[in-house]
Amino acid sequence: MTRKILIAEDSPTMRSLIASAITAEGDYDIIEAANGFEALRVLPRESIDLIITDINMPDINGLELISFLKKDERFRLTPLVIITTEGSERDRERGLALGADAYLVKPFNPDDLQQLVRRFLQ
Amino acid sequence: MSTGSTNKAIKEFIAEAEEILEKLNLDLCSLSFAEDGVDGAPDTINSLFRGAHSLKGLSGMFGFDDISELSHQLENLLDNLRLGRTDFSSAVSEVLFQSFDMLVLLVSSKGEGKETADQPDIAPVLAKLGNLFDGPAVESDDPLASGSIPSELLNVLTEYEEHRLRDNLKRGRTLLLVRASFSLDTFDQELAALTDLLKQYGELISTLPTSGDISERIGFQLMLGTEAALETVAADIGNDEYIEIVSISGKQAGSTKVEPEPVATAASESAVEEAPSSAVSEVKGKSSSDLSEDGGASLRSISRTVRVDIDKLDHLMNIVGDLVLAKSSIVQLSSQFKGAGEASLVSELHKASRGLERRLDELQGAVMDVRMVPVAQLFEKMTRIVRRVANELGKQIQLEISGSDTELDKLIVEDLTDPLVHIIRNAVDHGVETPQERERLGKPVRAKLELSATQKGNHVVIEVADDGSGIDLGRVKAKGIEKGLIRESDELSREDLLDLLFVPGFSTKDEVSELSGRGVGMDVVKNNISALSGMIELNSEAGRGTTVVITLPITLAIIKALVVTTGDRTYAIPINAVLETLMVEAAEIKTIERREVIELRQSTLPLLHLAEFFGLERKVGRPDRYFVAVVGLAERRMGIVVDGLVGQQDVVIKSLGASLAFVKGVAGAADLGNQQTVLVLDVGGLMSDALRGEGRLSV
Repeated sequence: MTRKILIAEDSPTMRSLIASAITAEGDYDIIEAANGFEALRVLPRESIDLIITDINMPDINGLELISFLKKDERFRLTPLVIITTEGSERDRERGLALGADAYLVKPFNPDDLQQLVRRFLQ
Repeated sequence: MSTGSTNKAIKEFIAEAEEILEKLNLDLCSLSFAEDGVDGAPDTINSLFRGAHSLKGLSGMFGFDDISELSHQLENLLDNLRLGRTDFSSAVSEVLFQSFDMLVLLVSSKGEGKETADQPDIAPVLAKLGNLFDGPAVESDDPLASGSIPSELLNVLTEYEEHRLRDNLKRGRTLLLVRASFSLDTFDQELAALTDLLKQYGELISTLPTSGDISERIGFQLMLGTEAALETVAADIGNDEYIEIVSISGKQAGSTKVEPEPVATAASESAVEEAPSSAVSEVKGKSSSDLSEDGGASLRSISRTVRVDIDKLDHLMNIVGDLVLAKSSIVQLSSQFKGAGEASLVSELHKASRGLERRLDELQGAVMDVRMVPVAQLFEKMTRIVRRVANELGKQIQLEISGSDTELDKLIVEDLTDPLVHIIRNAVDHGVETPQERERLGKPVRAKLELSATQKGNHVVIEVADDGSGIDLGRVKAKGIEKGLIRESDELSREDLLDLLFVPGFSTKDEVSELSGRGVGMDVVKNNISALSGMIELNSEAGRGTTVVITLPITLAIIKALVVTTGDRTYAIPINAVLETLMVEAAEIKTIERREVIELRQSTLPLLHLAEFFGLERKVGRPDRYFVAVVGLAERRMGIVVDGLVGQQDVVIKSLGASLAFVKGVAGAADLGNQQTVLVLDVGGLMSDALRGEGRLSV
């Protein structure tokens, strides 16, 4: 079965860049969420295999999303990758402390992202 | 990447970068208007920061180093501003604007694909940005260190949110924690509504989702920094078993000691405290420092508002409607008694029924008022649609909204969404030209789209106006001929041609566009509006733009109607559409261009014989005199010719149901209270049908 990856990121261009890097790597179902709300709406309905999230999003930020997911039995074990920009070390550390499994720094190298996807999904 | 996909990617980049710049521009403008600079506008500074941050990440991915570098430095400055490390000054403001202008230049130069040598030089702006950096301010007493705020909440704050939290505490604001849980199906709307409400009282610092015990619900903890009292906010939220609110700190300004509060107490069980409304309004004026003494300690849920299912309101409205009908019968009976003597009893009955009438009017008004909602939410939705569609199509649009506080019946607002979305998409897709085209035409590159609502008497007028290309009447005519709707030889007015657009299956775009098309045409929009007893009109000028005007009644539930007879039938005309009634001699009726008209105060009033429209048989020949109900919607006027006028009455309109929805000229049915059911005329539908002329188009 095709594995499903959820991308939570408020920039549509960044989302599509992440998505195209992943689909270039293999056959995955990409589900896009433009913010924390949308991610929360999608998560209970789809069985997601990997979550990739931005930290700086309006309203529900990435940290809040991670905190929720890592406390919920249904999503606790789903691998989660954060993508942050250079200079957001503190937020990144918080994300890892809350249970994120890996991080990537924007601008990211597509190879690194592909490697992460392989690591978690194969 | 191949060149083709590179181009596409760059296009995407530009579209998003421009969107970010547009937001930056708005924020910068609002910042320059903010009286107390950054302090008064933390959200604006943060929004600016986020914009610069996104632009940095975005341009970095595309290897646009100059944009990336400049936005990086801008981001640093904004970061210092929002975290309170740098003070806002006019010098800062100037550099912000200069950086912004440079970013605009840089982004547009990427769009034009200029060589590196032709790129604008960012060095001077970078130098100015560099000069502004101060050392980080020393955080003296950290109000967060006291441990009164649960670490569960602190750990998920971004650096910025943490700063905002500190700032709120330093200002002596109260921290309220609102716990809410919502159904999974509707949580986003409900959370958005709660968020909007809370933001009116202060700054929403964080929104933490929490897993509920029940799998169909999702919980949230919202942290609000506010100067309002807990009671005030609680009262506004209303009584909801799924929302609770506690104070987690309420301290004196300047003091660093934060009173710890039990976050979850048994108080939630004794949730509803008595709060007479007078007490609540008293509390409103209290400063937050009072709170730490009395208000913060308990967990209160104090209700002043109730969320109600619209079906329940409908039910209530129906009962009111039936009461109104019952009252009408009493009034009728009482006037019948009058004729039969018993003067004193009749006078008593008359008085009693007048009293009943007044109270009923009040009740009806009150129930109606509950159903009224501002169109703001609907307009908000449209803002997002405009942005998305404009983005998808690479168009630049400035949306101007006015009259968002105009109120309409909730049901009308709901049913208006689809037609309005369609009209707006049409405007963006077909109306507005591409930026290149606009430049060529000498128009401002950014198109203007105005969305407005105004109340006019018992109607609300909603207008969507664009300054795009307008409707090409020549093409409309050609298409009409091609579709066999009109003949080459027909002399049609602008209005007639524009009306063609509402005929089923008519579309001027040769290819159904991905956005506006989907097989739904303006005819569907028109039907939807008619179903709301409304009317839709188009005004368009080639090259200047198109305006769509929708006129709607404020409510549909109970209306006053003019009851008329024609032949042996009785009909009701919504009174809000009736301007006056006339008695006309048959000889006064003239025929102009195969249309019957009368002269009314120096203007020509087209007529519509109701009996003919509904194909009723006449028992006798044409009478000598007719009654005419002059109806008007928006700017149009028409006379409906009937045999008799019965009088004015309150009626409750009931829908005819889907199977009869196609019947032209009828908005629904109504009960007149004496077991007689009549049809209620759809004045908007009748008018546009009749004024179109021959009825040939009414396929």
